[in-house]
This record gives sequence, structure tokens and C-alpha cells, in this order.
Amino acid sequence: MAPAPAASVPVPGITLPVGGERELRLDLFRGLALWLIFIDHLPPNLLTWFTIRNYGFSDATEIFIFISGYTAAFVYGRAMLESGFVVATARILRRVWQIYVAHVFLFTIFLAEISYVATSFENPLYSEEMGIMDFLKQPDVTIVQALLLRFRPVNMDVLPLYIVLMLFLPLILWVMRWRADVMLALSVLLYVITWQYDLYLTAYPNGFWAFNPLAWQLLFVFGAWCALGGARRMSRILSSPVTMWISFAYLFAAFCVTLTWYLPQLNHLMPRQVEQWMYPIDKTDLDVLRFAHFLALAAVTVRFLPKDWPGLKSPWLRPLILCGQHSLEIFCLGVFLAFAGHFLLAEISGGAGMHFIISISGILIMSAMAWVISWYKHSADKSASRTKSTGGNADMAGGG
Amino acid sequence: MKSNPKAVLGLTLLAGLLTGAIARAEDAAPSCDVPAYLLTTESTLPKVAEAIKTGHSLDILVVGSRSSTINTSEASAYPGRLQATLKEKLPSTAVNLSVEIQAKKTAEEVASGLVKLVEGKKPTLVIWQTGTYDAMRSIDPDDFRGAVDEGVVALQNAGTDVILMNLQYSPRTETMISAPPYLDNMRVVAQQHDVPLFDRFAIMRHWNEQGDFDLFSTSHGVELAKRVHDCLGRALSKFVIDAAHLNPAQQN
Repeated sequence: MAPAPAASVPVPGITLPVGGERELRLDLFRGLALWLIFIDHLPPNLLTWFTIRNYGFSDATEIFIFISGYTAAFVYGRAMLESGFVVATARILRRVWQIYVAHVFLFTIFLAEISYVATSFENPLYSEEMGIMDFLKQPDVTIVQALLLRFRPVNMDVLPLYIVLMLFLPLILWVMRWRADVMLALSVLLYVITWQYDLYLTAYPNGFWAFNPLAWQLLFVFGAWCALGGARRMSRILSSPVTMWISFAYLFAAFCVTLTWYLPQLNHLMPRQVEQWMYPIDKTDLDVLRFAHFLALAAVTVRFLPKDWPGLKSPWLRPLILCGQHSLEIFCLGVFLAFAGHFLLAEISGGAGMHFIISISGILIMSAMAWVISWYKHSADKSASRTKSTGGNADMAGGG
Repeated sequence: MKSNPKAVLGLTLLAGLLTGAIARAEDAAPSCDVPAYLLTTESTLPKVAEAIKTGHSLDILVVGSRSSTINTSEASAYPGRLQATLKEKLPSTAVNLSVEIQAKKTAEEVASGLVKLVEGKKPTLVIWQTGTYDAMRSIDPDDFRGAVDEGVVALQNAGTDVILMNLQYSPRTETMISAPPYLDNMRVVAQQHDVPLFDRFAIMRHWNEQGDFDLFSTSHGVELAKRVHDCLGRALSKFVIDAAHLNPAQQN
């Protein structure tokens, strides 16, 4: 199911969903994405088998970027309608600054961790790999490059991507206010050009951005487009049984392919032609196969999890929803906890049991933190929150 | 009193099994079994098979980075162990092995020099260990794939068999070095050119998970490195023999 930008019906640019009610499903799945990203950042363990990347092409990053685009457009799109372009842009830039500061904060922690590893680690088996620490010999250059978002250690790629996407949000919303479909078409065009001409952003000391914003913007803009009326217009397509069958067939095929990665015994069942056509499935440039997989997942989810599903109010899903509602803080905490988890595993060298405990405690800590943040917001900061009640709520726009 | 022949037979068998088990435990001092699927490949090594069948010498060239060596003791690095094990398993074949260390070079830089190396030494088999330095420098995976591709083609044109060997599993640097794109691309090249891929990464990760080796550990001296390389060398010898489709009769 292509996003169908060619729909010729002229539509008003921004049409906001009725009422300001929170879409709990978005919070739920963003919370889930945060948990999965945390688990995927830890070394593989039992829980890793519950993350969706083992069952298809796309993973939690797609969910996260899509929902971020959706909520950001929802919140700041409203701000743009109510208070105009300048005010909305100012609010977005403040959000960008917050994300930037969070990124730098995480980088500081990361620097401390690897400096420790570099000074305490002497294993002749890995003398080559330890060369990665060489950048510590030039802390001045490294730190400046990190501030420029060009030096980004492994697992710290999502926030810079998000910063760049948010920087362009005012422009995206501005075009969307005029013609949402034109913006989506432009986004697809940029994606195609990126693939055609192999555009990328360079990184320091060399290489490229692990998530190419020029390609990943497609998902973000698509999320924004859905938020601003696209989802409603697609509801006919979404509810058609043909879409369902295509989605299921694709998800199943993707599952079978993924199975051959984890059970190499099955590898000989894969036809060579298919392999040569399909691989590598590029995460950096958001491979079409990944995007399609996300669309199929989303279509199935929207179909089987209605907006008014009573389970959304159940206390069992509360932790997930809370995490999703404070995504920037929880995302950063998750990255930090993943570092800490790596560190603990390295120092204590516990087995599978320790691994499991670390994963579970991480999730518990994330949930507890989300609860504390929401307590601050609703109880501790009550007097302060009255003054900024007019939309543009940063938490709702979500971070990370 | 008559002894029950069945019981005697049973006991003898049991005793035999036990001694067998003990003997095996002894000669495999560091137990580092590799599950069969990690050593299975559809690709073959026809030149190696040919050399052994016709009684020629088996000349192996290992091209690799620093992780193909151990600083203090060359003989105990995996190339040396591979040669020793192959000599054991192929007593009637002369096994010569040379190592060409290309430290701090990307696949692209190594690939361009491969033909020259091969022209000089005329090996039967080139084992190309690569990917680590590219991953550390986060070379564009597409460029990396192109370079490995080019290198493999050059080697095949020069008339040698090729085995690709990927990165080490290095849990300590996992947060700093992103291995997956390089692992994936090496797999792709291996598939495209029908070249066996020795999956060092998966094998070492398997050992770490099974508790054969604690690869997280900081305080090991050179001993751990020696044991890991010994196991890698032996797994690699098995891989070479399997990929050359030598049945036991031909091995002797």
C-alpha cells in the first residue's frame, strides 16, 4: 500500500483531528518502541527474541520516527494554526535545543564510559579493536565534532537524526498547511533522489550518518501527513480486505526471510536470485523493504487495535503509555541504561541470568522514571503548568 | 556361576565409551566445539581439492589485519595453528603457509595490492580476513562491499581459491564499533562469488555464549588469546577440509 500521494481530491492543507484528545495508541507504541530500542542496544539475550527486528525487516526505529513525526505535526501543526508560523517555529526550535542538550549529555556519559574502558582494558586478543580508542588522543577535535553532531558513537544516532528532522519541521508544516499531498510528494522525491544519487551526510572521523536523514525524512513526513488528515483519508484503503491480505502476506514473507538469518540451517531454502535482489537490506537509507514492512505492520495494527480499545486504559499497559508520553527523557535514559548495562555485564561478567536481570531492571527503571516525570507534571509543577496551557506542549510532541 | 554375556558386553561398551569420552576431553583441552551449521558452506574449494588429490603441496596465504596475529607469539596465532592442524589431518600433503599482515589498511587498500601478493607467492588458497579496520573507521558499507568484491574477483582471476574471514566478536567494543553492516556485506560478497565465508564473528560469539571463553574479561593475559586462536585455527582447518569436500580416504 503506497502512500498514494497522487490522490487528486483537493483537500485543505491542515485539518486537525477533532478534539484535543490524546491518541493513547501512539503513546503505547512509542513506549513499546523505547523498550525495544533499549533491549536492542544491550548485547543479545533472551529478551532480544521478543523484539520485532527478529521477525521482519523493520524495527523499533521506524515506529519511533513515524510516531514522532505524527505527534510533532499534531502538536505544532495546531500551534501553527492558532498562533502562526513564527510562534510555532520558535516552539519547535526550543524543542530542538532540548533534544540537542540531551544528546550532548549522553555523549558526556559515553565519553566517561569509554575512557574508563580504554584505560583499564588490556586484552591481547583485541589489540586491533582497541585502536578505536585512538580518538581519545585528540579530545579537542572529538568533542567539537560531537557538538557538530558529526562524531556519533554507536547507538547514539537516533537523536541527531531527530534533531535534523525537527529542524525542518517548520518548513514541512508550512508546506503542508498549503497542500499536504505536495509535501508528501516532495518527501518521496527527496527519498528517490537520495537513493538514485547516493546522497549522504558525512561523519567524523570518516564515514557517514548511520541514519541518513535524507532518506529517513520519508517516514517522519509520512507520519506528519497521517496526523494532518492523511490517516483519515486512508481509512477506506486501510479497512479494505485486500490491504489486509497484502499486509499479512508481506509480513509472513518477511518473517520467513528473517528466519533464515537466525537459523542458518535454513539458508539453502532461499532462492539465490531473491537473495541477490534483496540483500543488503539497507538500514542507513531506510530500504524500501523496511518501509513497506513498517506500513504493513501499521496497517495490521490499526485494523486490529481500535482507538477505543478498553485495554488502553488497563493498568498493565500504563507503564508503556507513560514511557511513550515522555519519550525524550525515557529515550535518553534508555541509552544511558544500555551503556550502564554493557558496563555491568563487562565488569561482573554474569551469564544469561544477569543479562535478564539487567534488561528487566532497565525496563522497570524506565517505567518508574516515566511515572515520576508525569507526577512532576501533574502534581509538583501544577502551578507552573497553568501558565503554559496553550498547546505546543513539548511532551506531547515527544522527543527522542 | 556363569557371567551374563550381555552384561559383560554392556560393561565393556560402557567402559569403552567412558575412556573414549575421557580421551576426547583430554585432547580437546579448551573445549570449543563449533556447531556444524557454522562450519557448513555450499561453496567449494576446487583448487585445494585438486592439489591434495594430485599430491601437490597446499600453499596457503593468509592476508589479514592485526587480529590475525598475537603480538608476542606468532606461532600460536590462528594461521600457525591452522597449518599445524592441517599437517596433522593431511599427513601426505605438504602444507605451506605464509601470513601477510596489512595492519591499519581498509579493504580497498588491501584489495588493490592482492594481485601482486598472489603473483609472488602463487598460493592454492588465499584466506582473506578483513572488515575490522573498515568497521573501526566506519567506511561506507557500499564502498567496503565494492572493495571486497574487487579483491575476491582479482584473486579468483589469478587462479586461487578464496576464503573470506569476517570480524572478531568483541563484546567490549560493541558500543563503539558497529560490526553488522560489514558482516552483512561480506556475506553478500561471499554469496555472489560462491566463496566460503568463515564466520569468525558468529563462532566466537557462540563460544562466549556457551561459556567456552569469557570474551568480556579484561584481565586475561596472552593466554586467552592463544587459546582462542588455537580453537579458531582448528575450526578453520575443519572448514577448509569440508569445503574442499575431502572424504576421509583422501585425507590419508
